[in-house]
Amino acid sequence: MAEVLVLVDHVDGAVRKTTHELLTIARRLGEPSAVFIGSLSDDAAASLKSNGAEKIYTVDDADIKGFLVAPKAEVLAQLVGSASPAAVLISASVEGKEIAGRLAVKTDSGVITDAVDVQAGPVTTQSVFAGNYTVTAKVTKGTPIIAVKPNAAAPEAVEGAGAVEAVSVSVSAAAKSATVTSSEPKAASGRPELTEAATVVAGGRGTGGDFSAVEGLADSLGAAVGASRAAVDSGWYPHAFQIGQTGKVVSPQLYIAAGISGAIQHRAGMQTSKTIVAVNKDEEAPIFELVDFGVVGDLHAVLPAVTSEVNTRKG
Amino acid sequence: MNIVVCVKYVPDASADRRFEADNTVDRVGVDGLLSELDEYAVEQALQLKEKLGDDTQVTVLSVGPDGAGDAIRKALQMGADKGVHVVDDAIAGSDALGTSLVLAEALKRATWDLVICGMTSTDGAMGVLPAMLGERLGVPALTFGSSLTVEGGKATIRRDGDVATETIEASLPAVVSVTDQSGEARYPSFKGIMAAKKKDVLTFSLGDLGVSADQVGLSASWTAVEGTEARPPRTAGEIVKDEDGSGAKALAEFLASKKFI
Ligand SMILES: Cc1cc2nc3c(=O)[nH]c(=O)nc-3n(C[C@H](O)[C@H](O)[C@H](O)COP(=O)(O)OP(=O)(O)OC[C@H]3O[C@@H](n4cnc5c(N)ncnc54)[C@H](O)[C@@H]3O)c2cc1C
Ligand SMILES: Nc1ncnc2c1ncn2[C@@H]1O[C@H](COP(=O)(O)O)[C@@H](O)[C@H]1O
Repeated sequence: MAEVLVLVDHVDGAVRKTTHELLTIARRLGEPSAVFIGSLSDDAAASLKSNGAEKIYTVDDADIKGFLVAPKAEVLAQLVGSASPAAVLISASVEGKEIAGRLAVKTDSGVITDAVDVQAGPVTTQSVFAGNYTVTAKVTKGTPIIAVKPNAAAPEAVEGAGAVEAVSVSVSAAAKSATVTSSEPKAASGRPELTEAATVVAGGRGTGGDFSAVEGLADSLGAAVGASRAAVDSGWYPHAFQIGQTGKVVSPQLYIAAGISGAIQHRAGMQTSKTIVAVNKDEEAPIFELVDFGVVGDLHAVLPAVTSEVNTRKG
Repeated sequence: MNIVVCVKYVPDASADRRFEADNTVDRVGVDGLLSELDEYAVEQALQLKEKLGDDTQVTVLSVGPDGAGDAIRKALQMGADKGVHVVDDAIAGSDALGTSLVLAEALKRATWDLVICGMTSTDGAMGVLPAMLGERLGVPALTFGSSLTVEGGKATIRRDGDVATETIEASLPAVVSVTDQSGEARYPSFKGIMAAKKKDVLTFSLGDLGVSADQVGLSASWTAVEGTEARPPRTAGEIVKDEDGSGAKALAEFLASKKFI
């Protein structure tokens, strides 16, 4: 069976959940080979192995640290050459997309981005036009390069061989032309990751800048907090929490929109959620067209009351 | 300094966007316009021109059908100096690799220090084209900038990533893409609209760029769409009016019935 390369997404060596999802998808297509750029700790190796990695290629990053992604694309291009994989899977992050785009040109291969599902073939599923259409597609030339969205698969624990193989690659000077001159890590919110959360409670302009009711409900439900662009542009919540066309796309089991009107650009980020709830004081708000359950009312009264109901019922 | 802004002509996102029988985007039956997110790229170019002075030239480049002329015109109305329109029937149905090939060939025939793109197109929304251009042109690509500065022969962006906010820089020539956080795009002024009528738009075909018809288009595409399906409309839900706390009770009841509590 052919190998399937999975570029490991890690933060200072700690493997992110999306990588486990990619390994699970990789097993549908062939034998998962994780590509770890950096120094592989025992913990990281174990986590890749226990999620099905048959091989773990490690690439020392001493030479490319501090440069933008072009060197990573070169590393992958060389592995595509030597391993002739059935596909290359990359997380559909900002960085992942850039790697995917460059790799596609380098290997003359088709690229598909933002896959929400990948099945044998590989056949990908994408959600397009603000979530109004579902598209299935295939790469028809070269090695399929697929950038996969978070939550595209539930990680399955399967023990792989996890054979570590160090590879040395030569990185061109041209690939080292963009440098990262500063990096401030995001402060942890203590809440679930927005794109991975089962429940998201989002606030908009209707919060008037006070997110405490939104956060209170989120915490009672163990949910992530999101925001509309209007709330972000007003400086009420950081951009990393924006949901929509130019923010994050989420697809949780439960999405609660509070004080959000439901503009098309916002819908683009939440329309595929399983269950949608809205609290809005305007009964004409377009968000109500999407909801499974809606409350016409003031969020500053409704949300805290729901929060205490939830807390009581949880007991 | 010479700046080229890449802009895409896309179906209006507020209209009923759909697909053709061959699974390509319907670009005829739905009104098209300058991709909203590319306006931010035009804006950044114009701000640089204002800062760096009048010998800075801003050229807008678009690969697309006849209607793409309207997208170019809008950018000229905003204040760009001239336009380049690559139009050829053979380009229809190209995927990102095909489009990037045509754009790169057009850029190789122009003089530029900086290429500015939007973060993603509002139809394809892949966000890979700027990286592909960087790769094809052999220059650095700084993508998804929430701010852009150009100084001393260097471009610097700020990027709001998932795990960190980074400052990234590269020497010119370079390709950058900017997000909608980079600064509101201006509206064309009346003066701008009048001035745009006299601005030049050069038109090129594939032959002019040395690209052969079989390198691009739907049949040469590196990817194939197998099926498109409209998402079923959501069934209308229950909507209650809150009166003295009744809304919260009903909502809690709903959440419990769906086992969210
Ligand atoms: C290029 C582009 C990209 C964009 N990308 C995004 C994106 O990624 N994400 C995004 O969200 N938007 C995006 N937008 C903006 C989008 O068009 C809307 O402007 C935005 O979503 C509106 O946010 P909102 O619903 O919070 O505010 P509004 O539209 O102002 O709605 C506020 C709502 O709150 C309700 N309300 C007010 N007070 C209360 C109260 N006390 N209790 C209950 N309800 C109350 C009001 O009835 C109203 O419905 C984008 C726009 C552009 C042009
Ligand atoms: N046909 C095109 N003509 C000119 N520029 C384009 C075209 N397609 C994409 N672009 C540029 O590339 C950016 C990203 O596009 P995409 O990768 O399709 O999401 C856009 O915001 C534009 O700046």
